[in-house]
Amino acid sequence: MNQINKNPGLSRRSFLVTTAMATSALSAPSVLAENRPRVVVVGGGAGGATVARYVAKDSGGAVDVTLVEPTRAYYSCFFSNLFIGGFRDYASIGHSYGDLAANHGINVVHDWAVSVDRDGRSVGLAGGGSLAYDRLVLSPGIDFRSGSVPGWDLSAQNRMPHAYKAGSQTQLLRAQIEAMPEGGVYCMVAPPNPFRCPPGPYERISMVAHVLKQTNPTAKILIVDPKEKFSKQGLFEDGWQRHYSGMIERIGPDFGGDSVEVRPEAMEVVIDGEVTKVDVCNVIPAQQAGRIAAIAEITNDAGWAPVVPHTMQSRADENIHVLGDASQQGDMPKSGFSANSQAKVCAMAVRGALTDSKVFPARFSNTCWSLIGTDDGVKVGASYEATDEKIAKTDGFISQTGESAEVRKATYEESIGWYEAISADMFS
Amino acid sequence: MTVPSTVSANRLTSHRAIVWPRLRSAGLAACAFCVGIGFLTAGIPANLTTASARTADAERGRALYDQCKRCHQVGSGARHRIGPQLNDLFGRPAGSLDDYRYSRAMRAAGSGGLVWTETALDAFLQDPAGVVPKSRMSFGGLAERDDRADLLAWLRGFSGDRSGLPPAEPTFTPEEFGIDPRVLEIRGDPEYGAYLAGECTTCHHATGTDQGIPSISGWPADDFVIAMHAYKLGKRVHPVMQLVAGRLSDEEIAALAAHFFSTDDEP
Repeated sequence: MNQINKNPGLSRRSFLVTTAMATSALSAPSVLAENRPRVVVVGGGAGGATVARYVAKDSGGAVDVTLVEPTRAYYSCFFSNLFIGGFRDYASIGHSYGDLAANHGINVVHDWAVSVDRDGRSVGLAGGGSLAYDRLVLSPGIDFRSGSVPGWDLSAQNRMPHAYKAGSQTQLLRAQIEAMPEGGVYCMVAPPNPFRCPPGPYERISMVAHVLKQTNPTAKILIVDPKEKFSKQGLFEDGWQRHYSGMIERIGPDFGGDSVEVRPEAMEVVIDGEVTKVDVCNVIPAQQAGRIAAIAEITNDAGWAPVVPHTMQSRADENIHVLGDASQQGDMPKSGFSANSQAKVCAMAVRGALTDSKVFPARFSNTCWSLIGTDDGVKVGASYEATDEKIAKTDGFISQTGESAEVRKATYEESIGWYEAISADMFS
Repeated sequence: MTVPSTVSANRLTSHRAIVWPRLRSAGLAACAFCVGIGFLTAGIPANLTTASARTADAERGRALYDQCKRCHQVGSGARHRIGPQLNDLFGRPAGSLDDYRYSRAMRAAGSGGLVWTETALDAFLQDPAGVVPKSRMSFGGLAERDDRADLLAWLRGFSGDRSGLPPAEPTFTPEEFGIDPRVLEIRGDPEYGAYLAGECTTCHHATGTDQGIPSISGWPADDFVIAMHAYKLGKRVHPVMQLVAGRLSDEEIAALAAHFFSTDDEP
């Protein structure tokens, strides 16, 4: 990041020059740049990309927006299971940040945010520069809690992938599944609550079963789960019965699912003292907010960042907002849809604070689609409102077992439409 | 296996089973818009499924047109609604009416030489997304050649000589859903609508590609307001839309309608 200067003022100006060269659509004259309020967004996922886009777009260039994201291509966690199942190709879940710069004048900085000076209101970058802000939005997603699965740490992620941050891990897991010996065993160590995408592990099980049923029908799937119950459980179990009868076994906490250790070198899983040899081991550890939230010292003992529901402001610092998985907000699931929804409330609050734009009451919504088998989609959704205490659920729905094939197919097709729409809502 | 346990499942199943048995494999073959309105069941002759080499049956086409009439008007006084009016359709270049906001894809198809001849319309009705990808028309297509021939035979009656056409039917009326017509007089705040629309654009693609979720950009405000109130009252069935509409006030629906009427998100 050699274009970043230690002087925040200078660095902003050099960003503007860069973006101005990249686009003819930049609306604000650069002479105004010095006086524009500055928003720095850390993390370019469903929360971060959306808030950056909405603040830049809706302020018409009146707010200077910088998005800090280390990767140049974003691979969405949502729909990454469909890549594992062979329903999407890898390129179709990848997105670039080019349009955010070109269409909205957002300064996209590919670097890691490594420090936050809350008093001085600036963010330090791994590349050595720093970015001054009037408002900081942290949307860093999740990190894994070390030691949550004995025997596993990040150094074991090539032997036992988590594939819970999409990208090369997702590709690796798919390759390992394809390379399983005939009649082999795929094991998932499922995470404890709360975690990113509550139906995600179980949609993944469905997709793995879908692949194995075609390529390796005598293979077995083992879920080691510390939870009593899980999202859309009735729908998944009904679907597994219909599509993948006899392939899937789930060991819940009653049978030792909450007492698991892994041995990556030996490819062994020890469940309640009993050793099982497996061929693929997908370890999804316990989770907490992405590291920059803890560095900023805005997380609680559980590792999440509590927020004010009306604005998504950190309870610890009114100049910082936290979005998506990293936030502790109340009833919303940790999902891309939720993060996108929270980002729009946050964008409105940030613009209201920094410019004279109108502020409306916060409202949130979420829908999670899951694919169980070919043309067999299900969904769960809810609406939410901000109370002083938390984001509170007001209403909801869930797909039913026994729905017709037409309904399930329509639900799947709806999910494809949603994917296209939310991708555009984040990146276009 | 349990019996379908939601209203929506029952309704959808019964539509398809009774009305469109041959379209089952086409999934969302029927208009995405009409699914859940409880509309397809009305007024369609029982002998629809007989098909063989024969002359096109315009009267049967009139019944098939029920799938189109939530978006298109045709007949005397027809106006553009969600879709363009269909008078004098035959021989018209695609995307060519000045006062309708077409998708970029449809305009490009017209510039590229697509003219609505009988053959072109037949191909388009069979596979709209295949003939004009990324058009905003949210319709899966008519798989049966006879259905298309009959529908076109009926539509052809509205091209050429314009005298004596029957009056165009409205796309939506508040009365049919038991909606108080006064909600149509509320002037929505477009700025509030723009904020509320954030909840819509997570699923409804700004450019409205027809991939399971219809475009709502550029909709006439009245049609938007009636559709949303129909969801809110449970007269139109879709769990996500009922959830979304259920918490919107009359003023908020009006604000969203004002916003989406003003959006044409294709540069």
